[in-house]
Amino acid sequence: MNILGIDILTFLILAPLFGGLLVASLPANKWLARWTALGIGVAIFGVTVAVFMDYNANVTDGGFHLVEQYRWFTVLGASWHVGIDGISASMMLLTGLLTPLAILISWEVSDRPNMHLALLLLFESASMGVFLAMDLMVFFLFYELSLVPMYFLINQWGSPPQKGVKYTGRIYASTKFLLYSMGGTLGMLLATQLIGFTAGTYEIAAIANAAGEWLSISRADEAFLGLSVGTVKTLAFIGFFVAFGIKVPIWPFHTWLPDAHGEAPTAGSMLLAGVMLKLGAYGFLRLVVPFFPEVWVSDVPLFGINWATLFAFLSMLGIVLGAFAAFGQNDIKRLVAYSSVNHMGFVGIGIAAFALLYGEAWVAEQSAIASDRMMDAVTATNGTVMQMFNHGLSSAGMFLLAGGIYHKTHTRDLTQYGGFWVKAPIFGGMFVFMSMSSLGLPGLNGFVGEFLIVRGTWPVFTWLTILSMLGLLFTGSYILKGIRYTLHGEFNLHWKDYNLEVNWREFTAVVVLGIFIVWTGLAPNWILSTINSSVTTILTSILG
Amino acid sequence: MGFDVISEFLTQAFADRNLMLWLVPLGPLTAFALISLITMLLWLVRQVTGGQENMIPASDPHYNDHNHPDYGGMPVPYQPDWFRVTAVIIGMSGVIWALIFSWTLVFGSLNQFGAGTFGLVDSAAYHGDDDHTEATSTDDHEEETHGPAEDCAPCVYGHEIVWMSLGTPDSTYGLVPDEDTDYEIGVLLDPLNLTLLFMVPIAMLGIFTYSIGYMAHDARQAKFFALISLFAGAMFILTLSDNLMMMFVGWEIMGFCSYSLIGFWYEKRSAYNAAIKAFTVTRVADVLMLLGIVYLWNIAGTLNFRDILANPDVLQMVGSTPAIIFGSWGLSAAGLIGVLLVIGTIGKSAQFPLHVWLPDAMEGPTPVSAMIHAAAMVSAGIYAIIRMYPLFVGLTNPHASEPTFSAPLILLAVIGSFTALFAATMGVAQRDVKAVLAYSTISQLGFMAAALGVGAYIAATFHLITHAFFKALLFMASGSVIHAMEHGEHHVHEHHAAHGHDDHHDEVDAHSPPPEHGVEGVSDVHHAPHFDPQDMFNMGGLSKKIPVTFWTFLAGGLSLAGFPLITAGFWSKDEILAESWYGFASHGSGLHALVFFMLAIAAFLTAFYTMRQIALTFLGEPRTEEAEHANLGGPYNIVSITMQAPLILLAFFAVFAGFIGVPEDFPLFGAIFSPEHNYFHHLVVYALPFMENGGYEVFHVDAPAFNIIPVAASFVVALGGLWLGWMMYGRKPLEAGEEDPLIKYLGQPIYSALQKRYYMDDLYDLVFVRPARWLARGVISLLDKGIIDSLLHGLGWLFTVIGDFIKMMNAWLIDGVGDGIPKGIYQLGGWMRGVQNGRIQFYLLIVLAAVLIIGVIFAISFGTMLAS
Repeated sequence: MNILGIDILTFLILAPLFGGLLVASLPANKWLARWTALGIGVAIFGVTVAVFMDYNANVTDGGFHLVEQYRWFTVLGASWHVGIDGISASMMLLTGLLTPLAILISWEVSDRPNMHLALLLLFESASMGVFLAMDLMVFFLFYELSLVPMYFLINQWGSPPQKGVKYTGRIYASTKFLLYSMGGTLGMLLATQLIGFTAGTYEIAAIANAAGEWLSISRADEAFLGLSVGTVKTLAFIGFFVAFGIKVPIWPFHTWLPDAHGEAPTAGSMLLAGVMLKLGAYGFLRLVVPFFPEVWVSDVPLFGINWATLFAFLSMLGIVLGAFAAFGQNDIKRLVAYSSVNHMGFVGIGIAAFALLYGEAWVAEQSAIASDRMMDAVTATNGTVMQMFNHGLSSAGMFLLAGGIYHKTHTRDLTQYGGFWVKAPIFGGMFVFMSMSSLGLPGLNGFVGEFLIVRGTWPVFTWLTILSMLGLLFTGSYILKGIRYTLHGEFNLHWKDYNLEVNWREFTAVVVLGIFIVWTGLAPNWILSTINSSVTTILTSILG
Repeated sequence: MGFDVISEFLTQAFADRNLMLWLVPLGPLTAFALISLITMLLWLVRQVTGGQENMIPASDPHYNDHNHPDYGGMPVPYQPDWFRVTAVIIGMSGVIWALIFSWTLVFGSLNQFGAGTFGLVDSAAYHGDDDHTEATSTDDHEEETHGPAEDCAPCVYGHEIVWMSLGTPDSTYGLVPDEDTDYEIGVLLDPLNLTLLFMVPIAMLGIFTYSIGYMAHDARQAKFFALISLFAGAMFILTLSDNLMMMFVGWEIMGFCSYSLIGFWYEKRSAYNAAIKAFTVTRVADVLMLLGIVYLWNIAGTLNFRDILANPDVLQMVGSTPAIIFGSWGLSAAGLIGVLLVIGTIGKSAQFPLHVWLPDAMEGPTPVSAMIHAAAMVSAGIYAIIRMYPLFVGLTNPHASEPTFSAPLILLAVIGSFTALFAATMGVAQRDVKAVLAYSTISQLGFMAAALGVGAYIAATFHLITHAFFKALLFMASGSVIHAMEHGEHHVHEHHAAHGHDDHHDEVDAHSPPPEHGVEGVSDVHHAPHFDPQDMFNMGGLSKKIPVTFWTFLAGGLSLAGFPLITAGFWSKDEILAESWYGFASHGSGLHALVFFMLAIAAFLTAFYTMRQIALTFLGEPRTEEAEHANLGGPYNIVSITMQAPLILLAFFAVFAGFIGVPEDFPLFGAIFSPEHNYFHHLVVYALPFMENGGYEVFHVDAPAFNIIPVAASFVVALGGLWLGWMMYGRKPLEAGEEDPLIKYLGQPIYSALQKRYYMDDLYDLVFVRPARWLARGVISLLDKGIIDSLLHGLGWLFTVIGDFIKMMNAWLIDGVGDGIPKGIYQLGGWMRGVQNGRIQFYLLIVLAAVLIIGVIFAISFGTMLAS
């Protein structure tokens, strides 16, 4: 498929980029910019839907589709190589869905609207690049590029400065976000170079297929830079692990998140939670697990457990402590931000189960591994991708509503709210709906992913799963706390003359999200079948 | 999905009983969706038409009843009356739809039940050739029906669709996407849920009808009908599901609905705290239950009830595999799964120690209480156990001559019997008319749980049904009482207002920034209003004011008390006692003995507090002015009719429902009501599989033969309790202001302890709630901010210091050299510029000086060169 003479996936990466440049260069008329940006976003969403349907219609084996490869940076051995499978298709769809909604919400920004909207589109371009890349250099490029628009969004359009504070929160938050993320990817950059150098290629699939050999192909039984091959691989693994762990975020690398979310503008929060966190999880699924299967099952020095178990343990801490932390917040956006730590913890523990079983199968020399173990892996991985998708929907919705109420009241302090349901019944209903989606109420989307993850991890990390139930319990507590302080109680007459009800843009965005939430909750197979075929294929491939 | 697909489905569903099962929950769920959609559309229309005109001052009597503050007349959005009426009609249509299809299914299937025709009894044939893969299937591969097959005529009705695609291991360890491991959900009708499908819709119809009157003055009536419709739909999903996951879906949605409805009057602190408490406490159990579900799925490879329960291989395997945790202690996988699922029931059915949410749940509107306590929520917990009963029994046999009990059974028996007694003791000291009923619910559910623990699952089912009828009745009747009292209060209030004593019922001061105890603070639920229309000590003599309510309440109360022979409660309770006595007397089983004696005492207390409640509420003379004026606004208005008609309907079932389950050898009554066999027993027994060789005779026991001891016990405890209650409260009704005679007999400390629920709420607050809140704050301040961020900041500081150091080095060393050169040139240039002052003499002077210097340098260097 081609659009304007370029293949459709490259188009999906480039169109938001040029769209963003277009919006930035439009004359300073905010309505022109708004409608243009929205039009571009919706059009790109249409393309993602078309690609998604095309994938479902044409692919039955879960393999890559619409693959295109162009010469690009040949001197390094890299190439412009794009393609989708079921996992990236779902993430692409999520990105395509959330961006126009974020654009719609950011109409409330009247300060330099052109640049603001352009940055949202640039971010979409970078995210698409990550999800569609089949080449490690392309992946890395877009992965780093995604930081730039987000940094400026937080830095320039974040919460206004508080009185008497020298450094505003947004400066702190954006700097922390950028430095932390970039610092995290330093190790990954080195590891990427190492992989490319020793494997002689940046093809993700090729490296994954040769995962056992990529360091030893050229230098079997030799030391590399004076270190044993195993150590070098472990170091490279740590580089990737930390980079993506910060992004997911995995406890204890999560503290940038509440700050960034708290200060970011509403649209920034939506994309940050909805899309950006998925970049990290996607990196684990796509790169870290297939590249380092034997490292995942090797012991962590000093800890006496293997890396996958350590990862599961940290994820469990994220689930439990994230929930506790959210419960302790009085700032509505920070509360929702911590809920991301909590929910992405489930993604983490699902990835850990995937990694462990993938690694075990790999180490078992592709020989028989108990089929029920493979079923566990399939379930956990399916659940992980579902959870990524679902968290994208519900966290974007939560930030949308939280941002909306902040925009109207100019305070994020929950204790200043109270009884909003009286004045804003539609907002109230929507807030409860989104909260329940986030909570994982069966019948809505969140449950599907959590259910599959718990099913997958139970036989693998039994005790960690049990402990993470504590987090699931407190998920209920912080969600109810949010509802209680916002909607319940007597109406705080301080807000008597405020219009607290949703406006038509928020209404539209929530309805769109709501359709996906209910649809996924009631009949998840529209997307799960796509995900499952690719997940199954990935796991089958190691068994030869 | 186009409309043709939907209409085709409907056409088929009307004709095919397998598909018709889907229609039952569809009605209420559609009602919920419709009301929600119309609400949103209405709002949109208002937005488009720019409407602030649909705002109304909160003090307007159309908006404000006693449950909302008036906010000093602040304008609030308001739903027009026509919409509220529409919502009521939609909600009623939904429940009537459900009733029609439920009863079509129930009575259509009834004529087929019996050995080998309806139910799993003949499951050797059923399972022998695995009919469900080759059952009459529609053209679509994804759909299978379990219609009447020839070799299994008809086992059950059911239909399945693919819900989740999951890859599957094939024979050679490869994974292929395979239809065999796709997760299917479906509906099922067998003799067990047939009984529920009879009871639930009629109870719900009563509750819905009642809500019309009860909520008639509430501005949020549309929302109320949407939510109870969802509640009803969820209950039908749970009742009809053929797999544990879908049951869990209904289970949790009901949890959400009860949360929303308990907190329906969300301005009241007691209401939202109770709502949060209900959700949180049940969630404790639910997350553990979730583990049980995933473990079952993991080990059995399916969650389909029939694939597990009618499959001896699976049961044998699950029962003999050591559990994944605690397996070394002798716990089997079935035991662990059973315990986890029982914990779910303990939460949902409000058993000790998770019973604390249920008494508070009466903060919601009364129809919600009826819904939670009778028709839906708490029944679901017991139903889940009965549904999965073979799994709970595992490889043990509570009916054997040497009875053995699995871990979940022991848990059920102990918790159930303890809760039955424990809650009954709290019930005797309550002052609130609904609180008494709340504790009686906990206690009666304890009866069922205990019965399940000793293998009496048919008796438990029977009690579940009869209890639902009389408890729904009692709650709605008490709601009617409260409504009448509020009416009286209103009257008195106006009366006083006319005399200048204007004291507002709802005082709204400017919203004080909440110093609330936060989400789970519950200890302050009862902050004293100046008049409590629910306090039984404010009532008295209401039998004359609201006679219909009185007589129906009496019927329900006697049924609850187990008044011998003529009430439904007697027959079901008697069956539980008979079964537990039988196990004790015949096999010397200690667990049976425990259950029997605990339940007998609990039944005695039940009869006592029921009589106390009836006497305090209805007998004697009115003790307050409000009670004197209590009424429902005349006999022929909408409120009075819709609130009392359901009472009459349910009173019928509360009395007569018991006669379907009279033991056939019961003297006289057996001959009249069970000429062939005990109908209820004969129906439900086929719900569980029976196989000669698979060890399933466990579930297919006959009811114990008639024995005079348990029947005598039933007589004695019921009549004795009622007599004692009558002696204390009925014979000489209390005067106004007289204190509870119970205080005299029990002593104030014990009475207070009972009334304060043994201080368990305070204990939980101290042990769980406060530490959790403290921990939540601690995690933030200590861990995230204190440790992690400090490390990050430390790192940042370190780099800053290094940077500063390097900067300093730059300034001294590099800048000293690097900057020195350009700086020198610059200064030189400046100096040079100063030189060019345009005066020839000066230039000549400089040239001379230069020549001199150069000459000197030249001379010196030349000299040194020569010298060397």
